[in-house]
Amino acid sequence: MRRFRRGAPGRNRLVLAAVLFLAFLATFAVDWAVSPSAEAATSSPSASSSASTAPASTGPCAVSPTNGCIRGTILDSERKPASGIAVDVAGPGGFAQTATTDDTGRWSVSVATAGQYTVSVDQGSLPKGQYLTNAADAERKVNATLNANVGQIFQLSDQQGATTADDSSSFSAARAWQQLASGIRLGLLIALASVGLSLIYGTTGLSSFSHGEQVTLGGLLAYVFANQLGWNIWVTGIVVTLLCAATGYLQDAAIWKPLRRRRISLTQLMIVTIGLSIAAQYAFQYFFGASTVRIQQGNPETVTFAGLTLTVQSYVAMAIALVVLVGTGLFLAKTRFGRATRAVSDNPALAAASGIDVDRVIRFVWTLAAGLAGLSGVMLGLVLNGVNWQTGLQLLLLMFASVTLGGLGTAYGALVGSMIIGIVVELTNLVLPGDFKYATALVILILILLFRPQGIFGRAERIG
Amino acid sequence: MDYILNLLSSLTQEALAPTTAAFALAAIGLNVHFGLTGLINMGQAAFLLLGAYGFAISITNGLPFVMAVLVALAVAIVFAVILGIPTLRLRGDYLAIVTISGAEIIRMVGRSSLLTSTTGGSNGIAGSAYRDPFNALSPLPDGTTTILWFSYSNNGVNGWWIRIAAWGLVALFTLVLFLLMRSPWGRVVKAIREDEDAVRSLGKNVYSYKMQALVFGGALGAIAGIIYVLPSSVQPDAMGRSMTFFIWTALILGGAATVFGPVLGAVLFFVVRLFIRTLAGDFIPDSIMNAQQAEQFSYVLVGVALMLLIVFRPQGLLGNKKELTFSV
Repeated sequence: MRRFRRGAPGRNRLVLAAVLFLAFLATFAVDWAVSPSAEAATSSPSASSSASTAPASTGPCAVSPTNGCIRGTILDSERKPASGIAVDVAGPGGFAQTATTDDTGRWSVSVATAGQYTVSVDQGSLPKGQYLTNAADAERKVNATLNANVGQIFQLSDQQGATTADDSSSFSAARAWQQLASGIRLGLLIALASVGLSLIYGTTGLSSFSHGEQVTLGGLLAYVFANQLGWNIWVTGIVVTLLCAATGYLQDAAIWKPLRRRRISLTQLMIVTIGLSIAAQYAFQYFFGASTVRIQQGNPETVTFAGLTLTVQSYVAMAIALVVLVGTGLFLAKTRFGRATRAVSDNPALAAASGIDVDRVIRFVWTLAAGLAGLSGVMLGLVLNGVNWQTGLQLLLLMFASVTLGGLGTAYGALVGSMIIGIVVELTNLVLPGDFKYATALVILILILLFRPQGIFGRAERIG
Repeated sequence: MDYILNLLSSLTQEALAPTTAAFALAAIGLNVHFGLTGLINMGQAAFLLLGAYGFAISITNGLPFVMAVLVALAVAIVFAVILGIPTLRLRGDYLAIVTISGAEIIRMVGRSSLLTSTTGGSNGIAGSAYRDPFNALSPLPDGTTTILWFSYSNNGVNGWWIRIAAWGLVALFTLVLFLLMRSPWGRVVKAIREDEDAVRSLGKNVYSYKMQALVFGGALGAIAGIIYVLPSSVQPDAMGRSMTFFIWTALILGGAATVFGPVLGAVLFFVVRLFIRTLAGDFIPDSIMNAQQAEQFSYVLVGVALMLLIVFRPQGLLGNKKELTFSV
């Protein structure tokens, strides 16, 4: 235990935290205020003049030395061409044209001068029940050059605000409710993965940076079985979870136990997990490429329940996660082996002295952790409708924030921390665009470390 | 024979590329963090990215070259202080967790579509937007110079001037590192690496020393970032976690806590990877491994090499095992 002070935080730290937080908010506030108004300024002439100009030529645009093309294809949420969508293009010299997507979903505009153009989708012309995936992105600036094509792809989704708020005025109780549900869903899935991370930390003292890849592995294996081989999704889930658990077992047998025998320091072990993480990420890319793959083909059905619209997979995933988490909790609390696990977490030397086979417990923890992470990966892939090589990588950050919030090394802390992080991250979407949602997790992480570094359930001597 | 000569020339060209120099500088910065002070900074790429953004955005907004470099340094220093304040009093892995998260956040915010007007969003900033003031500083006459098989334009985008400047900086900071390690400051931070409590009992302000090391290494990272983007462009996605991990691999390979380790590690990192890629591309048929897979395969090997190195030769090629005990 080093120089960590318990009790009320010092005045300096309070002031500092307040300044940090304000600076953080100010950055967003400025960007928020500047960018939409700037875009609005450029787009308003186009809106007024597009009405007066003649409709765009209907033939597709072809490039030549005297003109360039801005073009794109719009597909609906079922990946079928969406026709009749109006796309406004405004540019230098009062240029304004409106293109309409044809039967193949294509639109194009020919421009005679190079320069910056503003491309905006008329959201009123979207087919019924279709929305832009990212409504904040309805308007884009593109640089067109002569004798060249510039492509712009807009994606549609059948859920409004699937990822991002169109603007802050869309804040409503219904959306907050919906985001809260997404937050609980995300929290449960993070919890599945981070309970394992926390148990590994508790029993071995290791922060495993390769835990995210265990999640990715689950998702990608599910893709192989369910999509490529066409297995039933339930069978896939069970087989993948068992396979992932086996990777945890083998990892401990092949890597971690020999390294513990060699008395390799924790810092070195942590760098080993980083090496493993690099190797795994690029191995995933080697076999699956960099694109996102879908576990289930076809469009997920949605069910509306108590004002919430979620996919069937989401409800099932939430139920499974809840059952598995409660099961894990009961196991740790009630069974003999679970108690042994917690004893090793508390004090490995004492646990060993009282007759607990520490190596066996650790082997079991690795197996359990990898299995839970794999299960989390399968369900994450189903819920988010796709996995790629960095799915787990992105989740790792949230997992670290969760286990730190709950208290490193405490399984229940990881659970509570995950729920809080999941909900906060999703609720951030109400006020900030999607790209910023992970930033909230970092702000929470820094605030916890400033005021209560041991987390909600942790003990002070663990941290300093 | 021609094949071997060609291979050798491309390997040596890779070794002297500005990118290699940028990695060497970043690894020197990380050496100050990890090798000297024992700080586990898992977000070195963020310092490079912040340096690159600070520099490029300042230039595009009309600031002179020197001011732009100062802005880049200032941004990186502020970032180091913000990450350091909550974590440097805690055990080592908290810094690791916070820096890796912080780096990701910087990247995600930088590539956010909301900031497209400033940072260029996920497209980044094209090199032509910020590189002219640097090239204007070149004392070299225009034209192309060939030394042995190295033939570059003197002042071009990726020519002799950037190479001279980059490797000059690497030499300068290697010297600085050498002097630092022998200075009283260097002895204190090395003692912190070995036993923080012992140093504290001697009345030293450990927290302050750690913060100085974090800030100095981060500033080196920012300079590395500027060098990294000058011959190419600012690409937030190219400067993420992977880059941090590669800088770590370079440092551990060369030898943490050594003077020449970071430079040797960075050079070897690029040369060996190019070697693997070239051999795989030339001798393994595309049906088994195409060019892209060869690239990914080389990164898989990087990961495996990192694991093996840290276990079997943690001191790297140049280090002294007794010196680096990884007691953190």
